[in-house]
Amino acid sequence: MTNTPKNSGFARVGIVAAAWLLIVVVTNLVMAEQKQSTSKEDISSAAFLKVYKVLQHPRCMNCHPAGHIPLQGDNSVAHNMRVKGGKDGKGIPGMKCMTCHQTQNVTGKRTPPGAPNWHLPHPDMPLVFQGKTPAELAKQLKDPKTNGNKTLEQILHHVSHDPLVLWGWKPGEGRTAPSISHKEFVKQMKIWIDNGAVVPK
Amino acid sequence: MVQLKINQKKYEIEADKSMPLLWALRDKVGLNGTKFGCGVAQCGACTVHVDGEAVRSCVTPISAVEGKEITTIEGLSPDLSHPLQQAWIAEDVPQCGYCQSGQIMSAAVLLKHNDQPTDEDINDVMTGNICRCGTYNRIRRAIHQAAKTVRKQKEDNS
Amino acid sequence: MRIINGMTRRSFLKTSAAVLGGLVIGFQLPSSGRRIEAKSKWASADIANAFLRIDEDGSITIMVNHSEMGQGVYTSLPMIVAEELDCDWNDVRIEPAPVNMVYSHTTFGSQMTGGSSSVWTEWERLRLVGATGKAMLIAAAAKTWEVAAESCRAENSVVYHDASKRQLTYGQLTKQASQMSTPKQVSLKDPKDFKIIGTPVKRLDTPEKTNGQAVFGIDVNLPGMLTAVVRRSPVFGGKVKSFSADKAKAIKGVQSVIQISSGVAVIADDFWTAKIGAQAVEIVWDEGPDANLSTQQQSEQYAALANTPGAVARKKGNITTAMDVSAKKLEAVYEVPYLAHAPMEPLNCVADVRKDGCDVWTGTQLQTAEHATAKAITGLPAEKVKIHTTLLGGGFGRRAVPDCHFVSEAVQISKAIQKPVKVVWTREDDIQGGWYRPRYYHKLSAGINDDKKPIAWKHTIVGQSITAGTPFEAFMVRHGVDVTSVEGAENLPYAIPNVLVDLHSPRHKVPVLWWRAVGGTHNAFAVECFLDEVAHAAGKDPYEFRRELLASEPRHLKALELAISKSNWGKPLPKGHGRGLAVHSCFGSFVAQVAEVSVSKEGKVKVHNVVCAVDCGPIVNPNTIDAQIEGGIAFGLAAALHGEVTLKNGRAEQSNFYDYKVLRMDEMPKVETHIVPSTDKMGGIGEVAVPPIAPAVVNAIFDATGKRVRQLPISSEDLRS
Repeated sequence: MTNTPKNSGFARVGIVAAAWLLIVVVTNLVMAEQKQSTSKEDISSAAFLKVYKVLQHPRCMNCHPAGHIPLQGDNSVAHNMRVKGGKDGKGIPGMKCMTCHQTQNVTGKRTPPGAPNWHLPHPDMPLVFQGKTPAELAKQLKDPKTNGNKTLEQILHHVSHDPLVLWGWKPGEGRTAPSISHKEFVKQMKIWIDNGAVVPK
Repeated sequence: MVQLKINQKKYEIEADKSMPLLWALRDKVGLNGTKFGCGVAQCGACTVHVDGEAVRSCVTPISAVEGKEITTIEGLSPDLSHPLQQAWIAEDVPQCGYCQSGQIMSAAVLLKHNDQPTDEDINDVMTGNICRCGTYNRIRRAIHQAAKTVRKQKEDNS
Repeated sequence: MRIINGMTRRSFLKTSAAVLGGLVIGFQLPSSGRRIEAKSKWASADIANAFLRIDEDGSITIMVNHSEMGQGVYTSLPMIVAEELDCDWNDVRIEPAPVNMVYSHTTFGSQMTGGSSSVWTEWERLRLVGATGKAMLIAAAAKTWEVAAESCRAENSVVYHDASKRQLTYGQLTKQASQMSTPKQVSLKDPKDFKIIGTPVKRLDTPEKTNGQAVFGIDVNLPGMLTAVVRRSPVFGGKVKSFSADKAKAIKGVQSVIQISSGVAVIADDFWTAKIGAQAVEIVWDEGPDANLSTQQQSEQYAALANTPGAVARKKGNITTAMDVSAKKLEAVYEVPYLAHAPMEPLNCVADVRKDGCDVWTGTQLQTAEHATAKAITGLPAEKVKIHTTLLGGGFGRRAVPDCHFVSEAVQISKAIQKPVKVVWTREDDIQGGWYRPRYYHKLSAGINDDKKPIAWKHTIVGQSITAGTPFEAFMVRHGVDVTSVEGAENLPYAIPNVLVDLHSPRHKVPVLWWRAVGGTHNAFAVECFLDEVAHAAGKDPYEFRRELLASEPRHLKALELAISKSNWGKPLPKGHGRGLAVHSCFGSFVAQVAEVSVSKEGKVKVHNVVCAVDCGPIVNPNTIDAQIEGGIAFGLAAALHGEVTLKNGRAEQSNFYDYKVLRMDEMPKVETHIVPSTDKMGGIGEVAVPPIAPAVVNAIFDATGKRVRQLPISSEDLRS
């Protein structure tokens, strides 16, 4: 068998996976050590602060605005042409999110970013990130009455797999991604939840 | 090769799949009613309907609309009979006219879902369509006028 | 379809040539004087000399020699002919005129559209066209019936002989009419007998603008045509040093990459491929002398210049003495930025250069100049070069470029590749491509005497000259003063005894251009806002203050008083609301506007309604007046609230509608238009509503908040409470 690019690709994936495993193991060891010296509450709280930083990033916050109008850009200004989420968070017939946002990013500078099911939270449960303190946001995330009727497991699943969340780390040309990786973000979310989903003080 | 269904007709488009629908319509099919204004979904001049929803064709790759029902201004009515076209003529809306295909296509989706739009409802949709000539007040009047026609048609049919 | 557009015209001409049997009337207008000669012809090769053609099927074709860019000339100009012709309006079709001296602007000398002048400059000529046609049709009928022409009358495309109850339609008469000699004198109607003029006639071009059939320049397609996108220097005044086209040429569908005078053109099968290709060209630019130019630097330069004496545009009395004796003195600086026109249809041009001829299809405001440009580039004889004017998807001045660059590019490319080509600008090319309304710096000072009357007014203007270095310079720059820089300032209508207006015209590589309403767009802002400041300083109501100072300007005064009487001037307003006023005269018309605004806690300005009064003399189509007032207000308001092109490293910082914002529907105020009944000289309408809106809004903001805005666009930051 010749060494086709496909095969070499597989090899690369293998190396990356091995390296990743090593990092995870080491990190867990470090974490385990930390566990001994810090309370579960502190660990949870510290993890949430990292999660919070991501949720406050424009890529996440822009679609979790305080008002009816989403935000845009790295400076989180009110969305141009004052689009609204409408009755289902997906826009108003004639100007839906999908009127402009495709299921993926498209060619060209400053074209609208795209991911499947581009939308805002349902207006009955707006899940506001904008202007929230860590404590307010943690409370909101924990409470099924304010988080979209989700269990913490479901929240974790949402942030791990939802394509719209994942888009935040592949936002396309001219847009920044959150400072920590998606994997790290999910990990911190899990640590927060596993250690009691503490509301930071 | 991408197959598109536009105004009930099938077309085979010889182009890269990333080509925006706008340019397939204009440069490949020869339907020029849909206009290029900004190329980045800011002005609404390129608005068409895809499966009944308003879509900015300048940022919609043809690969995304394969097999879907595409309607352009040319397919809105065969004879200027759409209530919006009638209202546009009655209110003498256009000036330069360049943005009006997009204005009408956006308004058509609004009217389909809301035959009694308030000024605020109209703003919510039509703020996505720019007119540099400033025909906004006439557009608003024409939409109200067309909504009246639609309501009357519904009454007559019931 | 009542507009015989660019794409259907070829076949139309063939048909009409075959018909060969109708009245065709043309008018030669010697450039030296206003004498108008009429002559009639058979439909023939001389068709280009016609303004009016009546075919045997009764259709009436009126050639329109002004470009339709939304201002309604394809309706208002035919109305003038139809009125005197006494034809049925439903029979009227229009066709854009080809380039020919006979179609030259009656005042400006070449075929062009601008300066809000189409109706008033064609008024006399087109009335004569219609009246001559009618006289010949009546003469033909009289001859047929063997009766006196005086015993016949015409109405709705029919000539009647009431005594014998006979009638013939214009279609039936046209062949006979064309053989009648052209009358030496015709009588024009008494305006009280007008049936079409003065009525709100609907636009002829509305149906095709509501079903996608209207043909703009960008819609022209020729067999075998390619599309080009041009990369131009990002720095104004820059040039191509070297480029590599390898990556662009590797893209499927890219046909060729060539260097032209303005940059590098990528020619492809379609626009999308040309655009992708253009981005792939690697270009090294020679950025030229303005590579470090910035808005900040310009602002400082202009401020320094304003402290030195400039070229004098107006001098009355003795400003120094008057200032010295003033009891109260005021000084203020007003600044406005560069503005892009941003017409909705991006610039474009189709050129087909062949060995035996050149056809150009484009939406232009300057046909004669484009023709000369295409002729010069191709080296073809004048008669082999044809300019086909399409509908313009907005003009606002952007399609009146003295150097003809958008036509020049297309002709150069087509000549080089020997194929028809369509050059299309992207929106980014448009916003970043220059040809802006210049940035201006205004320094004003005024003195008020003990009687609270203004006795001194000094106004120093700093900004690039639009006409310097163009063919227009010869008659628009006098003693170092470009009239387009000072209009609306040097002709200050207020009765102030001592006035000095002077001008500095710094030069930059940033190309500048007339932008709908030109000088008024910044001078009205500076003058009308500063006058408001002076009124408040004198402790007077801004309306009363203006009224007193306009006592000997009856047309200003009538517009002002009408606007005030239709607004609720002086009546209480809701909290946070304010009213503001501005008066301005330009292009022979007089406009007053009262704006009502509110300002939110965040400093966001909402313009609720605008009452506008206009005196533009006798009116052809009141429907056009309403539309142009609304449109002018929207255009001016876009600039007041949002418009701004700033420079950094010699480059424009904005690029598309996300950062070069324009007015959207939610920001459009209610507009009430009131026309001053007038038999005075006819003025223009397309631009006149633009200048007063910014000062009316800014004065209203002061009324609402006590804060004085002196810089456009209006900044919410500064208005936060």
